[in-house]
Amino acid sequence: MNRLSYIGIAIALIVILLAVFAPLVATHDVEFQNLANRFASPSAEHWFGTDSLGRDVFSRAVFGARISLEVGISVVTVSGIIGILIGAVAGFYGGWVDKILSGYLFNVFLAFPGLLLAIALVAFLGAGLGKLILALCIIGWVGYARVMRGQVLKVREYDFVQAAKALGASNMRILFTHILPNSIQPLIVQASLGMAGSVLSEASLSFLGLGIPPPAPSWGTMIEEARNYFSVYPHTLFFPGIAIALTVLAFNFIGDGLREYLDPKQRTR
Amino acid sequence: MKYKLLSFARQMALTLLVIWTVVSLVTLLIEFVPGTPATTILGETATAEQIANFNAKHGLDRPAFFFSISSENGFSWNGVDNRYVDYWLGLFKGDLGRSFRTDRPVLDMILERYPATIKLALASMLVAIGIALPLGVLAGTNKNGIIDNFASFIALMGISLPTFVIGPFLVYIFAVQLEWFRPTGSLYPEDIILPAFTLGAALSAILTRMIRSSVIEELGEDYVRTARAKGLSERTVIYKHVLKNGLIPVVTILGLQLGVLLAGSIITEKIFSWQGLGLLLLEDGIAKRDYRLVQGCVLVISLTYIVANSLTDFVYKRLDPRIRLS
Repeated sequence: MNRLSYIGIAIALIVILLAVFAPLVATHDVEFQNLANRFASPSAEHWFGTDSLGRDVFSRAVFGARISLEVGISVVTVSGIIGILIGAVAGFYGGWVDKILSGYLFNVFLAFPGLLLAIALVAFLGAGLGKLILALCIIGWVGYARVMRGQVLKVREYDFVQAAKALGASNMRILFTHILPNSIQPLIVQASLGMAGSVLSEASLSFLGLGIPPPAPSWGTMIEEARNYFSVYPHTLFFPGIAIALTVLAFNFIGDGLREYLDPKQRTR
Repeated sequence: MKYKLLSFARQMALTLLVIWTVVSLVTLLIEFVPGTPATTILGETATAEQIANFNAKHGLDRPAFFFSISSENGFSWNGVDNRYVDYWLGLFKGDLGRSFRTDRPVLDMILERYPATIKLALASMLVAIGIALPLGVLAGTNKNGIIDNFASFIALMGISLPTFVIGPFLVYIFAVQLEWFRPTGSLYPEDIILPAFTLGAALSAILTRMIRSSVIEELGEDYVRTARAKGLSERTVIYKHVLKNGLIPVVTILGLQLGVLLAGSIITEKIFSWQGLGLLLLEDGIAKRDYRLVQGCVLVISLTYIVANSLTDFVYKRLDPRIRLS
């Protein structure tokens, strides 16, 4: 692992801890409005200042980590499971099943801009946490499916899989006890990059007003709300912006580091 | 030759399949809108007659698809006289329907905004190439040096910072503090600079990393040694030989990214009030629940993306003799 990925792990851990212990870390009620104290600059009372409704930006940013990770983890888990299953089926059975799945279905999803598909889905289905996660899963699964299919095609030719087959192991047993454990490494890389992507997509959709509706403290929503005032009160935009950037950076660092670490060809360079 | 034709036919078939899926998706998604478009547009107080008129005008009084399944009637066959076929027939005539709100043809509304989006995408591509080419070459020729580490850092920042963070910061520095540009708008020629840098930041980061690794890889090839051995200057070696070969994968990325830029421009257009297709989709389409307009915008952006990708594939295959011959 390179140095950057350790920095990534450290930042990710901090974000996770903040999300888990948000009620203990937050200094104020996230939805408490104090119109007499709008746009207060950062101070001992309000570490990151206050926003257009006098709400504490630090507390909102801390709870924002919760929303981001909630969306990220749900999307990675659900789209990962779906993608792995479809990819495994495509790679393992081959033939016309593979032609339909990887030849058609994968290509359709890859040929469509992910963010646009998510925007379209949310525009027609309506906004909200559940629908947002659904939309991100619909665009997210294909990455895992491609990786899994490639791994299955590679691993199933190995001697130990042939041996298991010769011993009469069932397809399910071969798939889950032999092929899946040996395909896990690139999937972890994909999951880490997928986490960064989901956090970013959630923030983007919330920024466009298509994600989690206010007053929930999503980082994207905070930036959208700050947009009209930031030329005079830049702190309202600065802190949620830094939070998104650091979180996305952290998971990208981890993903990149893992990929390099797991690929001996790149490690020696 | 026979092989070439076959692979071309396959590519075309796949592209057509993708387009069919996108059109179908766009037509059928409207059925999932909570409530009916008529009550959404006309409001809860609309009379039954108003609703019937609205539905008749926009063809919404006809069945949605070839068949319908409902809890009361079960499965019923509607034949070809349905809205799905309507949309397709309209599409072949260049008709995307009329806006639910303004009653103008959707295609006209889109064509008015389309050039602005394309202009922004191309400008940000130029910005990205302008940043990435020198930075990538410098990083690749000074592997693991200070410039390389600096370029890697800049590249990672560009990838990780979302447009809606970069955009406002650029506005704060260059429009509010330095007063070099206007913060928003698309009236004057120089208004494109800040949006183009915002949208091009991520692409320049990806390109820098690609050019860097491409240069490193090509520098290790035999032909570079030959070129150096016959006494060519390092400059000529890099710009005439290494870059020529190293840029092939970059072309692919550029083509693929044109589509990404078009989709990503939705956010940038919102930040800078850039009067393009993205803003049309967001402000006139989604915000006003003009679903016919949403359909049209999503369709046009997707089709541009798909066509850009297919063209890239085609150009890429022509460019690289190794792929062309195999």
